[in-house]
Formats: sequence, structure tokens, C-alpha cells
Amino acid sequence: MLGSDDAVAAGAILRPSGRSCQDGVALPSRAGPSYTRADRMRRYLTHRLFSALLVLVGVSFVVFLALHLAPGDPAQVLLGPMATPSELRNLRSQLGLDRPMIVQYGRWAGRTVQGDLGRSIMLRRPVLPELARRFQATLILAGGALVLAFPAGILLGVLAATRPGSPVDRLSQVVAMVGISMPAFWVGLLLIIGFSVKLGWLPGTGMYSPAGDGGARDLLGHLILPAVTLALVPLAIVSRLTRSSMLDVIAQDYVRTARAKGASETRVIGWHAFRNTLVALVTVLGLQVGYLLAGAVYVETVFAWPGIGFMMVNAILTRDFPLVQGGVLLIAATYVGINLATDLLYAVVDPRVRHVH
Amino acid sequence: MSTDATASAATTRSAPARRRRRGRAAGALIVALVALVAALAPALPLADPNRTQPSGRLAPPLSVGHPLGSDHLGRDLLSRVVWGARVSLVVGVLATLLAMLAGTAVGLVTGFYGGLTDNLAMRGIDLIMAFPYILLAMLLVAALGPGLVNAMLAGTAVGLVTGFHGGLTDNLAMRGIDLIMAFPYILLAMLLVAALGPGLVNAMLAVAVVNVSFYARGVRAAVLLLREQEFVEAARAVGSTEGRILRRHILPGIAGPILVFVSMNIGVMITESAGLSFIGLGAQPPTADWGTMLADGRQFITVAAHVAAIPGLAIFVLVLGCNLLGDGLRDALDPRLR
Repeated sequence: MLGSDDAVAAGAILRPSGRSCQDGVALPSRAGPSYTRADRMRRYLTHRLFSALLVLVGVSFVVFLALHLAPGDPAQVLLGPMATPSELRNLRSQLGLDRPMIVQYGRWAGRTVQGDLGRSIMLRRPVLPELARRFQATLILAGGALVLAFPAGILLGVLAATRPGSPVDRLSQVVAMVGISMPAFWVGLLLIIGFSVKLGWLPGTGMYSPAGDGGARDLLGHLILPAVTLALVPLAIVSRLTRSSMLDVIAQDYVRTARAKGASETRVIGWHAFRNTLVALVTVLGLQVGYLLAGAVYVETVFAWPGIGFMMVNAILTRDFPLVQGGVLLIAATYVGINLATDLLYAVVDPRVRHVH
Repeated sequence: MSTDATASAATTRSAPARRRRRGRAAGALIVALVALVAALAPALPLADPNRTQPSGRLAPPLSVGHPLGSDHLGRDLLSRVVWGARVSLVVGVLATLLAMLAGTAVGLVTGFYGGLTDNLAMRGIDLIMAFPYILLAMLLVAALGPGLVNAMLAGTAVGLVTGFHGGLTDNLAMRGIDLIMAFPYILLAMLLVAALGPGLVNAMLAVAVVNVSFYARGVRAAVLLLREQEFVEAARAVGSTEGRILRRHILPGIAGPILVFVSMNIGVMITESAGLSFIGLGAQPPTADWGTMLADGRQFITVAAHVAAIPGLAIFVLVLGCNLLGDGLRDALDPRLR
């Protein structure tokens, strides 16, 4: 059902989700007759929750390791170049840096679970409130892009699929090709040059005007350009996937049957055909929300949007590792959560999935 | 158009097929032109891309001596765009090859030797044990220094080790790949750059490492299909060694899909490495790199928009060419994926 070329295309642009092959949409063949429906659903949920938890543990370990692999001794940094070896040794044991790595990880993970992500070196503030503030900005931006990209992409895809070879179809293909080929950071700059510098219609940087009242109107004005920029790739992918998935579905026998029994074209497309493209769309929704959160890095940098991506770029450049760690952990956790939600949504739109195990 | 002649006769008449062939030809033309200009850069009558000229700062396009204008240091933009093409192409191609080699090695071997463990608990343990896989690659790079050859060694080593052991190792490698894929793409690249330090080579490595999983997955899936074919069984029956079966029977069979992956992946690699340069984690000044040029030009968009717009246009054109070519190649090589 899922157009395989688009699966490849989507994979080429984004990383597919953290789902392993075996966790994907499974066929109903192994459904045991002894389980009730609710039983199966519960087992499916438990299975998915457990794997998500394991991936989270893995992610936290990788994040922890990345910090450890980074060059530089924290004790040396704290004490400066004049420190004596015994001072260094004392501080290392005080900070627990002389303990085995697994012990250090355990302590760090323990603190993390309790919400203590350490203090930012540059900002001299706890990491967690800063992350929360930044994440909120990123969510607003990603939400704006999602609201733009999905309805427009689905509409374009459906129109293209129902009129193969028409100008709309060709437009959808041009949009798909150009959309994935334009670097977001360039599109953003062009929009700033056009609408902000030349025309002066919309603000080109930040989230609120310094002199503004900080209201929703101000925010919306600042949101338009970055949201359009960020929406471009998802729009291209969604329209392409909707088109190919609809084309597949329209060729099916039951669509012909629906037409034969006299159903109106609106009903055939809107009810019979479109519902069966939903599985593909849910997949891409999950992938795209992940993309929007992480892909916001470039867009936020171009528009100086105070989100988590912009923060991370600066944190990496200033080697502010607690902030980098917290940011990666938060985005990765969100990502895992989205993958989980996607899998659960599958079970809602495609009853076959519930029959696994 | 020369590609028209090679297209299959069956599809010659349909309009979409004709358009696709036209797209493929256009893509090939763009990529060939960029590659040619990049290769000939030292021989072309261009200004030195790094020669600054404070009196001729931010010259507009079509100025005397600066066909595309000049940047904030008075450097010739045309020359920098041409030299930047070399960086983008080399980084894009090398990162793709790197990811392809390592990913293919992992995918080939895991797909071939297989090993099924659907059991939930087993998979939980696998996931925990999967860390050494990434750790190994990162540790090797960290220990040996971020050299290209070293990264290839690391990738191949991982592939070989997992390959020889099959079974459980296959599971471990796949869980490792799951783990890599659990990270948003750019985030992992950024994390790697954070650990290794900013720089062009590190950015390239990061983009390559992140993409290894993409190839490993695709190749593994292709090998899983091939493994069950009769000719593989026949080769085994006549006593071929596993190494020979892999080399002579499996590898030729997956060459097509790999080429398709590569052609579709290379544009992404170019965009991503330019993006890392743009945010300051890739190429460092004064390298003439499209991403860095765009970042430099950003400060002057109010007075000289072309300084930022032109390098971005260059990225767009090259990536569009790669994507058109990739789409066309996929259609030509893999008719099932239409």
C-alpha cells in the first residue's frame, strides 16, 4: 500500500523511524485464536512501550558517551592550566570522574531521571528550565509548519492522483522535486530578503518584536516566514506520498466495485480510497514530526528563532556540553515518543496491526 | 538527448515516461557540467578565490572583473562558487561512498547470515548489547583521529566482525542501527561533530556515519530476498564457499539497488554537509565552501543580497541535478519502484 519509491525517497531525506523491521506492520497470519481483541491490543502496547523504553536507555547511554569521548578533561577545565596533579586528582575523585564509566553513567542517569540535567556552562543556569523555554518555541514553529504542510500536501496529492497527467499532477511533481532539492537555510534567506528586507511586510528574525507587546499577533507575524520555510520538505513528501498511495488504491478492485455500484466520485475518493491511504500518511506524519523538530535546526538558525535547534548550534560551538546533552536527550526522547504514538495510531487506522502476537 | 536511445522501447510512447527521461537527461547534464567546471577550476581563467580586495567589497553581479559580484572581503564570487563546487562534490561523493561501503558491508553480511530472534526479552538484551557497535565506530574514530581512511577502516571492521559471527551479531548490529535511527538525523550528525569538533572532515564523517544505517537496512533487505533464490542454493550445492557466494552471486544482485540508493542519497549528503558548514560546524574559513559562503553572506543581506543568494542557488542546482538523475536511475534500474 505504501508506495515503495516514496518510502525510499522519504528514507533518503530523513532517517526512518527507530522501528526495526520486525516491529513494522505485521501481517495477520500469526494471530492466535485463543486471544481476545483487548488481550492482543494490550500485548501490542506492552511490547511497543518496552521497546521504546529500551531505545531511550540506549539513547541516554550514547549521549553520555559522546560527552566522554569529547576531548578535554573537565577537572582541567575547571581548575585551569596552573593546577597541580594532586589538585586534579582530588577534584576528579570529588566529581566522581575516577569511578568506572558505568558508575558515572548510573549517577548521571539517576540525576537525569530526577530532572537534574546539570548547569549550562555559558548561561550559568540550570539546563532544564532553559530547555523547556526553548522547546516551547520549537514546538510553536513545528506546529505552524505542520498546519501548513499537511492539509496542502494531502490536497495536492489527492488532486494529482485523481487527475493523472493534468497540470495539477505535473505541478505536484515539480513541487515534490524542487521542495526536496532546495536547502532550507537558503529558502529561509531568500524569504527574508524578499519579504523582510525588500518588501518590509514581515519580520525576518526572532519570535517577538523587542518593542512589541508579546501578544499572539506579534508571534504570528514572526512565525509565518520560518513556518513556510520549514513546511517545504514535508509538503513535498506528503504530496508525493499521498499521490502515489492514492494511485495504488484507486487501481484496486474495491474502488472499481464502489464505482460500479454507483457511488459518487466524491464518495469513492473521499471514503473508500482516501481512508486506505491513511496508513501511509500516519507513517509519514510520524516521520515528519520528527523531522520538523530536528530539521528546525537550520530554520531556527536562519531566522534566529529562539528554539532548541538554535540553542544546540550555539551550545556546540561554545562547547557547552550539559546544554548539548540535555537538548539531544530531550529531542531524542520526543522522537521516540512520536514513533511510539505513530505505532499506536497504526493500530487505530489499520486493524490488522492489532493482531500481532 | 542521448539517454532517450537507451530507454526501453516499451515505455517510449507514454508521456510521463518521456518526461522522466527528460528529467534524467537534465539531471545528468547539470551534474556533468558542475563536475566538469569543478575539475577544471585550476585551469579556468578565474581570480584567486581567497584573494581579498578591500576596495572592491560587496560588488554587485555583472561588475567589471566580478561577473557574479564580490563578497564582504572583496573576493570574487564566481571563483568561490566554482571552487566551492569542488568541496561540495568531493564531500558529497566521499561521504556517500563511505556510508555505502560500511552500510553495504553490514547489510550484506547480516542479511546473508540472518538469525531470527523474535522473542521480546532477547531483543531487549540485544538492544542493550547493541551499544558496543556504535561505541566501536566512535571509539575507533576518536582513537585513530578523524581521518577518512580511518573511518572507512572502522566501518568495514564493524561490518566484517558482525559478518563473520552472523546470528546474534546480526541482531546486535541491527539493534545498533535501530538505535542510530532512533536519533533524528541532523541531531546525531551534530552530536558527532560536537564530540569530534567542528571541521570539514568531521562534518563529512558525521554525515557518513549517520547514513551507514540507511545502506545497511536497504542492503540487508535486498540480501534477505536474494538469499532464498535457487541459484544461491545451487551454488551452495556445488560446494561454493560462503565468501564466494557473497562475492559472485549476492553482490552482483544488489549492485542495482545500491546504485539507486547512492544516486538518491548523494544530494542529501551535499545539502547536509553544506548545512553543517552553514551553522558553523563544517568547513572553516577561508575555505570556499557553499555553506560557509552562505553563512558569511547572511550578515549583508540588507546591502548585498546576492552574496548569500548565489551560493545557495549553486547548492540548489547541483542537488536538483543529483535528485533528477537519481529519480531517473531508479526508474531505469528498478522498474518495480515506479
